[in-house]
Amino acid sequence: MSGVSRRDFLKIGAAGAGGAGLSALGFDLAEASQIKQSLHISGATQSHSVCPYCAVGCSLIAYTQGGKILQIEGDPDSPVNEGRLCPKGATAMQLATSARRVDDVLYRAPGAGDWQKISWDDALTKLAQRVKDSRDNTFVTVDANGNTVNRTEGIAFAGGAAFSTEEGYFAAKTMRALGLVHLEQQARV
Amino acid sequence: MTNHWRDLKNADLILINGANPAEAHPVGFQWFMRAKLDRGAKIIHADPRYTRTSAVADQYLRIRTGTDVAYFGGLINYVLENTKYHDEYVRNYTNAAWIVKEGYGFKDGLFSGYDAAKRSYNVATWAYEAQPAGSGGPNEPTSGAPAGSSAFANTDYTLQHPRSVFQLLKQHYSRYTPEMVERITGIPKADFMKVAALVGEMGKPDKVMSIVYAVGLTHHTTGGQLIRSAAMLQLLLGNVGRPGGGVNAERGHANIQGNTDNAISWEILPGYLKIPAPGQTTIADYVDQSASKASHPNSWNFFGRNYRNFMVSLLKSWYGGAARADNEFAFDYIPKPASNASWITIYDQALKGKMEGVILSGMTATSIGPDSNQVLEGLAKLKWLVVMDPLPTTSSEFWRRPGIDPKSIQTEVFMLPTTHWIEKDGSFVNSGRWMQWKDQVIQPQGNARHDHWITAELFDRVKKLYKASGGKFPDPILNLTLEYKDPLKPTLDELLQEMNGKDLTTGKRMASFANLKADGTTTSGNWIYVGVYPDPSAPTVAGRADANLARRRDGVQDVAKNDPTGMGFFPNWGWSWPLNRRVLYNRASADLQGKPWDPKRPGIQWNGTAWVGDVPDYPVNMNPADPAAWLPFIMNGEGTGRLFSSSMVDGPFAEHYEPIESPISNPLHSVQSASPVAFLYDQAAGRPSRFGTVQDFPHVATSYRLTEHEHYVTQHVPHLVGLQPQPFVEIPYELGKQLGIQSGDRVRVSSARGRLEVLALVTKRLGPSIIDGKKIYQVGIPIHWGFVGIPADNDPGKGKNWLANVLTPFVGDANSRTPEFKSFLVKVEKM
Repeated sequence: MSGVSRRDFLKIGAAGAGGAGLSALGFDLAEASQIKQSLHISGATQSHSVCPYCAVGCSLIAYTQGGKILQIEGDPDSPVNEGRLCPKGATAMQLATSARRVDDVLYRAPGAGDWQKISWDDALTKLAQRVKDSRDNTFVTVDANGNTVNRTEGIAFAGGAAFSTEEGYFAAKTMRALGLVHLEQQARV
Repeated sequence: MTNHWRDLKNADLILINGANPAEAHPVGFQWFMRAKLDRGAKIIHADPRYTRTSAVADQYLRIRTGTDVAYFGGLINYVLENTKYHDEYVRNYTNAAWIVKEGYGFKDGLFSGYDAAKRSYNVATWAYEAQPAGSGGPNEPTSGAPAGSSAFANTDYTLQHPRSVFQLLKQHYSRYTPEMVERITGIPKADFMKVAALVGEMGKPDKVMSIVYAVGLTHHTTGGQLIRSAAMLQLLLGNVGRPGGGVNAERGHANIQGNTDNAISWEILPGYLKIPAPGQTTIADYVDQSASKASHPNSWNFFGRNYRNFMVSLLKSWYGGAARADNEFAFDYIPKPASNASWITIYDQALKGKMEGVILSGMTATSIGPDSNQVLEGLAKLKWLVVMDPLPTTSSEFWRRPGIDPKSIQTEVFMLPTTHWIEKDGSFVNSGRWMQWKDQVIQPQGNARHDHWITAELFDRVKKLYKASGGKFPDPILNLTLEYKDPLKPTLDELLQEMNGKDLTTGKRMASFANLKADGTTTSGNWIYVGVYPDPSAPTVAGRADANLARRRDGVQDVAKNDPTGMGFFPNWGWSWPLNRRVLYNRASADLQGKPWDPKRPGIQWNGTAWVGDVPDYPVNMNPADPAAWLPFIMNGEGTGRLFSSSMVDGPFAEHYEPIESPISNPLHSVQSASPVAFLYDQAAGRPSRFGTVQDFPHVATSYRLTEHEHYVTQHVPHLVGLQPQPFVEIPYELGKQLGIQSGDRVRVSSARGRLEVLALVTKRLGPSIIDGKKIYQVGIPIHWGFVGIPADNDPGKGKNWLANVLTPFVGDANSRTPEFKSFLVKVEKM
């Protein structure tokens, strides 16, 4: 392994070969892995991401080509994970792209037995009306003690723990502007 | 976390409670192992279940779930009785010397000030004895301080006054003898004493211990106090503020920290500013009732002192020109909740028919519960439900779950496909408060849209409806600032700049929250994030091409250069709030003269002219020898760590109460067995009780995660489903024998609220405990399965009766209302 730093070693994904040069099979597994790996990601674009699962915050390197992800692996530069990933992080690619994704905007009418596909425009038009109606129905301007409270009691918003921070901020900002008091996310549960 | 993941390598002793990092945070756990392997640190794991964390611990303690206050209380008692505390730290850096007002007391399981009818305490009975007015020292708050600053507290630095916090603390925990710890927790006295001896060593200035926890401490009716008892022990040992020390929460989702900081939480605004309450009509009212007040002449009270600056800057960010001095900066626009509006309350309101619509944006309700059956009833009473998610969830599909006729459910449901983390940029903030920026790696799949673009467009359409047809108080909607290149598609870069804030006079982004003002000339959407994205001319940018400091990547590729102190701070990797500080409260890492308690593990130190090391939690040039120097804990009114506090609703000291569903009566005070102030939703709403008793449900149960799954989303990930394919419960070997259950048998686990029908895994990882003389078994329940996902699709019963949270009780912590997911009673039967 002379001439290959630990960081390069992780990058070529040959950790399984250990430090030895020649394996019991009589050829250099590390080198073979390196060749296989470099063929796999040669010419790919490298981007930086962070694991979407727990809050250790392991850094990821994603390799893409032609808009498709080829590979996701641990980032060896990170002081948090130093290239390591757990089973969840190591399979992050299967979460990133999945045949199980919801492809369409779906609507289920009261009492209906199935979804129907609708357009984004339809969904947002309907939804904006629901939000306005429920806000107007349940808005309290002044409470029983005469205090100005300006709150919407009948709508709740729960935000995602895999939001980017900035999305979370935007959700809090817009939902408070709508008067919401029932505002939650994963922290408590 | 007060500290951060890599910092665990600096510890001499690590106590792990309510957590299983080897399995739930395996990559973070490497730093625990580095402490053990590189410096001979010891690991103590207290958990109902013997896990892979226990397997590498130096001592495993089988503790009954929900009894960690008794365990930490026992350690506090040991440290006090045997004078093992860090004397200089306790005297000068905690409120041990503060005198408590006459009238405070604790008797038969109740603190003073209890109102049984309201099930609440009057916390005014837990106040300090005030000095006569005008007797303040050189830093007595003057006109610049928060309105209503009161007189300082009396102190006795000999710690001998019978009403000093120190003496009251000693008295309170004297009941937590090793024998009592054993009766409550089931930890044999001999094992406890071994651990106590190790913990006692950590009060020496050159030793340091870390306490690590996860939701195994929070998910209880006493969750807040469970953590507080850990923090009190750390203060007594002088371990808060130091590398290798602190009280460290392992959070379970990628950006739960960032989203808490930014207040998708009912009780706060961004930066942990309290949500205003009814009756507050001016910002002065709000600050007076929300901000802490200095109770010592040397208390800087930084947060309290700046509360107004932070709030006005937030209002300027949100309401721009509509937030003016002559209208209290649009303070009326911020909604003021009548009462608690947290997670369980949402479904309680739905059950009462008072909730019309729920928007779940990357969140599920059904699987989380608690008491999923009751949550499902609540969902069915909504007019409308929106689920924004990349993948189907048990909430988006609730109306056609197994065994339900969709015709019976009148809720209108919208499923809006959203993007994954990798299809957008933006930052995640990890458990250690490290904010790390990520790239947009790929374009959104199919029709998916970003959650915040959906929200932006929905908001825009609602605004148009109000403009067109009017309605209730449209002002905050019409005046909300949306100063983005495309208001329907704000970029996350633009939003981070807004959160950072700017000086409206110069137009430059701020570098420090110390410069935020209350006169409307500065903005900041979140004061604790000021400095993450400063003006390019700021010294912290130091010639970098990009002023977004969360993008910095100077990591382990060059350790000598990038970690100059060797403490693992890596100051130019990402950014850490506040102001890139890596260890919170780090003034307490050095003694009164400014020398590190342990020169080998410095946090910050005084070099004669400045504080150096980590970014100091202190004025950089404040000479510690100056008699007017601030006390170390700058964020609270005391200026010191609080061994006694009136900030919790259930007691100034942590006290052990039994879980709401418990197999025994509280050995400390059977007349007040469970928390006297936990909010009982069903009882308050006049619904029948949904709690069970030990006669009907003889076993204690707890719930947890497996390495291969994360809550529910991984039910869609083929490799992970392959690794952990089907639901099961873990049953103690002896109980299995007693009930004739073997691994692989189908079992029914039921509580008063519902049932789970899955396979049994009979294991010696779980065993009996002797609790107050009774043999008690604890059953373990992984939480991951439900009627949506690959396993459910492949199941003939479509995953019916796979939801773990149908078992959990609809009750939460007295302070935070965090559900009691981790302690409840069940019955186990072979099917």
